[in-house]
Amino acid sequence: MRVLAIESSSVTASAAIVTDDIVTAEYTTNFKQTHSQTLLPMIDEICTMTESPIESIDLIAVSSGPGSFTGLRIGSATGKGIGLALDKPIVSVPTLDALAMNVIGTDRLVCPVMDARRGNVYTGIYRFDYGCDKDESGLLEILLESSLMQTEKLIERLNEMQQSVIFLGDAAALYSDVIKEKMTVPFIFAPAHMSMPRAASVAVLGMRMQACGKAANAREHVPDYLRPSQAERERNNQ
Amino acid sequence: MKNKAAAGFLHSGLVSEYITQTIIGKCCGTEIKMEQDNDIIITNTAQTLEKSLCDKNKSDGGREHGSSDVLILAIESSCDETAAAVIKNGRTVMSNVISSQIALHTVYGGVVPEIASRKHMEQINPVIEMALSEAGVTLDDITAIGVTYGPGLVGALLVGVAEAKAIAFAKHLPLVGVHHIEGHISANFIEHPDLKPPFVSLVVSGGHTHLVLVKDYGEYEIIGRTRDDAAGEAFDKVARAVGLGYPGGPKVDKLAKEGNPDAIEFPRAHVDGSEYDFSFSGIKSAVLNYLNSCEMKNEEVNRADLVASFQKAVIDALVSRAMLAVKEYNMDTLAIAGGVAANSALRASLEAECGRAGVRFYSPSPIFCTDNAAMIGVAAYYEYIKGVRHGWDLNAVPNLRLGERV
Repeated sequence: MRVLAIESSSVTASAAIVTDDIVTAEYTTNFKQTHSQTLLPMIDEICTMTESPIESIDLIAVSSGPGSFTGLRIGSATGKGIGLALDKPIVSVPTLDALAMNVIGTDRLVCPVMDARRGNVYTGIYRFDYGCDKDESGLLEILLESSLMQTEKLIERLNEMQQSVIFLGDAAALYSDVIKEKMTVPFIFAPAHMSMPRAASVAVLGMRMQACGKAANAREHVPDYLRPSQAERERNNQ
Repeated sequence: MKNKAAAGFLHSGLVSEYITQTIIGKCCGTEIKMEQDNDIIITNTAQTLEKSLCDKNKSDGGREHGSSDVLILAIESSCDETAAAVIKNGRTVMSNVISSQIALHTVYGGVVPEIASRKHMEQINPVIEMALSEAGVTLDDITAIGVTYGPGLVGALLVGVAEAKAIAFAKHLPLVGVHHIEGHISANFIEHPDLKPPFVSLVVSGGHTHLVLVKDYGEYEIIGRTRDDAAGEAFDKVARAVGLGYPGGPKVDKLAKEGNPDAIEFPRAHVDGSEYDFSFSGIKSAVLNYLNSCEMKNEEVNRADLVASFQKAVIDALVSRAMLAVKEYNMDTLAIAGGVAANSALRASLEAECGRAGVRFYSPSPIFCTDNAAMIGVAAYYEYIKGVRHGWDLNAVPNLRLGERV
């Protein structure tokens, strides 16, 4: 089983090839949001460097959101194009679930946070429960599904849960002041190398999801934006 | 599944509740192939084209193709149409599939970029698959991929560009980026085998108003442009002001037929500095002022007369400059292009003026005036045979200039 994984939901662009239990290649940049110009050259590069022709891919795992609408679409359309051309399935991996996989091994509550502007974050709350079989990851228990919420509301919720927490994701640094001020339970921030979204995490989770029958034809895949467009929100508020 | 729910959002949450009308109907050489979840998918294949185009393409028509043929798979997503087409040897349309979103945007009175981009994501694979199957080919038969990379809505363009690049990469095919307006101009080559550069082209759409000298295939010089609103934009704004709704062009065209074009005298804007440039904001403001003053005086407005007079003012400006360009540049051919080129009064006026001046006049069928991928495939073909290739770093360029190569 060989997976091509794509992660472009935020400022990070990442592509990985995972062959069975081995991360054959991972290419990640955390620089500027120019994914349209960088993502496919990155995929091309890792395929060439690791002698993994694109035709040898069995599955495409796409980080499906939430995140930057445009970033998500660049990754998704890239996955859909390859899937269409080679008739390969796509598994849509929730971005925050994959991010949580970065810190597997912790006993803390895992809280990935991504900037959603105006004091909001995209977030979820996870716990690693070794030996449990509650979802496709086999060990990643989801206590809060991917959500859009105000940072302060999230902090309230975590305080109520009365367990120590590890924060990761691009909004952790952005909102570190309010987190430090308002958190009443013990917490830490993940170090830089664990804090960014990585395509290898998307691939690992994607393979497990595929084993649970969650891969579909490339035409079915669309990003999970988690929020309607502004025009729809304004219209619904009228 | 989670993603299914997201995909269904636009359908169930928005479309079924609000959409009450289907705007695109059956037109020449066109069949509405599918209408599901309010998605309107229009296709015209080589066969339907043969019927509708007076057998012009018959000698070269049909689905058959040989190994020496150049087959372009073209993709277009610059605004609110998701489109794909297969073009043989630059002139024969093997398939032309357009998924229109107009109904989705009508409730907002115009195209909402984020909604357009989301819809492109849902439609792009089915539209490409249908274009291939309608043409009776697979990606293994395709020579190169053509895609619109500008100008247009950046989020919308990016969907087509990322998809086209990925397909080209996965199938090891050359990639050719195409300028949307160069595509519109190239639409004229589809139905007019005798048309060859050089000629003058008048490009009029919702976003563009250009007078272009087409020196050769893929060689363009802009000789005139609008200084403010595009002609189609003025149509939309006036249509909204008189309560006709969006999209304004076809509705103004229809209502104007019932009105007197000489009832109201609107200004024919003169643009300082260039005799080929256009300005439509003055005409639009004059219409709005006229409506306001009628309201103040409590006078009833004859909408048909109003839009007929407005339309005449716009058409006069377009036609006079186009005819001047043909004369001054010593050209014997004029071809129109773009969405507003489907306007019946504009076509009639240009046809009459060209007839009087002994100039050959060409226009695409309405289905090739609207945004479509067939025209992108034609433009891509001429770029392809000139050796133009783009890399995997091709980006969407929302303000790409005509004739510019990135």
